[in-house]
Amino acid sequence: MASLLSVSLTSASPSPSASLSTQESHKGKLKLRNSGLSFTNEKINPFANEKSSGRISMVAAVNASRFDGIAMAPPDPILGVSEAFKADTSELKLNLGVGAYRTEELQPYVLNVVKKVENLMLERGENKEYLPIEGLAAFNKVTAELLFGADNPVIKEQKVATVQGLSGTGSLRLAAALIERYFPEAKVLISSPTWGNHKNIFNDARVPWSEYRYYDPKTVGLDFEGMIADIKAAPEGSFVLLHGCAHNPTGIDPIPEQWEKIADLIQEKNHIPFFDVAYQGFASGSLDADAASVRLFAARGMELFVAQSYSKNLGLYSERIGAMNVVCTSAGAAARVKSQLKRIARPMYSNPPIHGARIVANVVGDPALFNEWKAEMEMMAGRIKNVRQKLYDSLCAKDKSGKDWSFILEQIGMFSFTGLNQTQSENMTNKWHVYMTKDGRISLAGLSLAKCEYLADAIIDSFHNVS
Amino acid sequence: MYWKKCPASTFIRRRRRSISSSTRASAWSWWDHVRPASKDPIVGVTEAFLADPNPKRINLGVGAYRDDEGKPVVLQCVRDAEAKIAGSEFLESISAAISSKLVEESLKLVYGKDSNVITDGRFAGIQALSGTGACRLFAEFQKRFYPESQIYLPDPTWSNHHNIWRDAHVPRRTFRYYNPSTKGLNFAALMDDVKNAPDSSFFLLHPCAHNPTGVDPTKEQWREISHQFKVKNHFPFFDMAYQGFASGDFDIDAKAIRIFLEDGHLIGCAQSFAKNMGLYGHRVGCLSVLCSDHKQAVGVKSQLQQIARAMYGSPPVHGLLLVSTILSDSDIKSLWLREMKAMANRIKSNRSALRDSLENLGSPLNWEHITNQVGMFCFSGLTPDQVNQLARKFHIYMTQDGRISMAGVTSGNVSYLANAINQVTNYSQENLNLCNTSF
Repeated sequence: MASLLSVSLTSASPSPSASLSTQESHKGKLKLRNSGLSFTNEKINPFANEKSSGRISMVAAVNASRFDGIAMAPPDPILGVSEAFKADTSELKLNLGVGAYRTEELQPYVLNVVKKVENLMLERGENKEYLPIEGLAAFNKVTAELLFGADNPVIKEQKVATVQGLSGTGSLRLAAALIERYFPEAKVLISSPTWGNHKNIFNDARVPWSEYRYYDPKTVGLDFEGMIADIKAAPEGSFVLLHGCAHNPTGIDPIPEQWEKIADLIQEKNHIPFFDVAYQGFASGSLDADAASVRLFAARGMELFVAQSYSKNLGLYSERIGAMNVVCTSAGAAARVKSQLKRIARPMYSNPPIHGARIVANVVGDPALFNEWKAEMEMMAGRIKNVRQKLYDSLCAKDKSGKDWSFILEQIGMFSFTGLNQTQSENMTNKWHVYMTKDGRISLAGLSLAKCEYLADAIIDSFHNVS
Repeated sequence: MYWKKCPASTFIRRRRRSISSSTRASAWSWWDHVRPASKDPIVGVTEAFLADPNPKRINLGVGAYRDDEGKPVVLQCVRDAEAKIAGSEFLESISAAISSKLVEESLKLVYGKDSNVITDGRFAGIQALSGTGACRLFAEFQKRFYPESQIYLPDPTWSNHHNIWRDAHVPRRTFRYYNPSTKGLNFAALMDDVKNAPDSSFFLLHPCAHNPTGVDPTKEQWREISHQFKVKNHFPFFDMAYQGFASGDFDIDAKAIRIFLEDGHLIGCAQSFAKNMGLYGHRVGCLSVLCSDHKQAVGVKSQLQQIARAMYGSPPVHGLLLVSTILSDSDIKSLWLREMKAMANRIKSNRSALRDSLENLGSPLNWEHITNQVGMFCFSGLTPDQVNQLARKFHIYMTQDGRISMAGVTSGNVSYLANAINQVTNYSQENLNLCNTSF
């Protein structure tokens, strides 16, 4: 299990009387060594010297902080891309970093249905009281129905514990805390690669994790045998983190037959499936089709975790709206699990934010608005499919090496794993001003039809001319 | 203990036995060992209240402001801000800029607009999920960088403080605060506990309108506390949830923090806009940690952001936009300050009305504390038994510790409330044949 941060200390800030020299780092603990003082215990007491002399120096007190030596945290690899992009002055620059949808004009997009609902909400002038700890009831109802289907037995029989969470991240964190509390020896198996923040979430929640093979660089596709072997080899009762659709970062999803085999294996090994559904509707354009994997598992009577996010599919990135769903074998178990999720949420943030929840409840709960949303979703997913096609066509037209670029069309969702390695990805940025993550992931949501040919040139150059 | 830790292997064996085909007859669950969590003591009160159909019901549980009809209030300044931001297309790219502006404006409220802490950039400040989120971020940060440390919480304190530091795996201790016989501050004991704590301990302080007691130190007492903290090199963490609610004036309500700043303490501070802007459900607050210089502040901020990112990513934007608009538009801000004063005044008049009603009913008990105590809450001194009677017989709901949210009192219900309190306390009086004491 990855341990708590080991803090590496930089030289302390200057201060008049408490002269702290450069320190050594110690895993999980800060140790300051000062030439003038000797510390007999591990507690930091920069003022110990003054205390023993009997006088308190106010000046020293102002300047010396007990957080001296706390280093800068490493920049987030994904968000760091956007920052670098902003700093680039080239007209050719292209931001294929963060997975936020952009229009063909490469502008952010607020869905019309969201604007409508926000106006409705403004007119109604609703109050701003605290939500219950588990969130807005109307939201919890529609989100579970959207995921499982309103007629699904797990819904009808009240076997799902649904709790509103702060988007996908917050929902995952609730589940991680539940795992840590009730399955303290269990591991979470995560795909290699996976969304970068998954590891941070489980680390901070003190849940051990290990990886299962997923991406095959040779085929730029799924390493299904490796995946099965690694899930099989894991200790019984592990939690298997699966991307419901539109795998992030690769864009590679198992096909239905493969999902069946994964489900077979999970049942055989008594593992618990843990779905992260961040792109329902975005993968294929159909909300139901994109929930097929989750529904397949639920139909087998399996107990599972499902985290949901409305950041992408409703464009509500900054409103932080999502949910954690725990499917149980009985309504009684679901009620108990829900109570414990609440107990975890209360000391984290007390109750979740209302605005995003109301938007989703209004959109999904109103048939006319729901249909409008579905149309906008199809439009967004459609644009991405078109861009994939154009990129593929451009690559085939320009690349004479005979390399098979069809993985661009087979991958699904907002992201594509290009197969470029770190050096090649750096070339994309340094030579072509194309910003992407170092693992070779590009966000197609940030690509316009107009830029496909330029991107194709960049990819071909990086692939063939850089190693 | 809310739960029992059992190895996963126990359940694997049980599960094996129960699986013979793909469809299981019994509803065996992975979650069989999960017991129902007990209800949150504060939120549970609202749940009980909502479940009560009686028209006379009164909710004196959650500290959420109500108008004189007992209805939730959306401040006009908030409505104005809503109208101003309506239709504005929020761009992710401006999030960082707005967030920084919000943090700076929030900190001006607490530290003073001319504070050199702000002008020197000696603060690590980030937007947080209201007060709870700010406290939790700090608790996690404290655990990460001072893994052996503990937190000293006042006795009593908001119950969720205990949950927060416990879930962050920071051991909790308490220091004496409330004196039940005077229903005031136990200052001598407080100072003793501060002195006797190991050097460099972490303390949580309520800078004004202490929750749940409504009992605040005087200015002079704050000076002494600050001095003793200097002697002991303790770390002061302030939870500022009710700025504006104690006196109606933001600067006066921040005096404790300003005293500590003058004395050179590098404090931590959680702020909430839930109550004073009525933005409860939007979860807007701020966490600040003061540092020796700007460079250190940048480092500390980056660590706080990292903790936040693994917990919920980033805070919700709508509330951020509202607060930011209110604080940076001078007309809307003035309106807010006036509305805050009005809320504080209404609560003060509720206090007088309740006390007067009880005295007029001829209650033999001393009810001075109702008007001595400050902020949204009154620590009534009612026993759990009396609290239960109030709920059962009179449909009046409050937390078990006898804390009354004065915002839930109205001119329409104050007589009913006084009468009910009088009855449950008189009844106890007769039974126990006591006069002024253990009550």
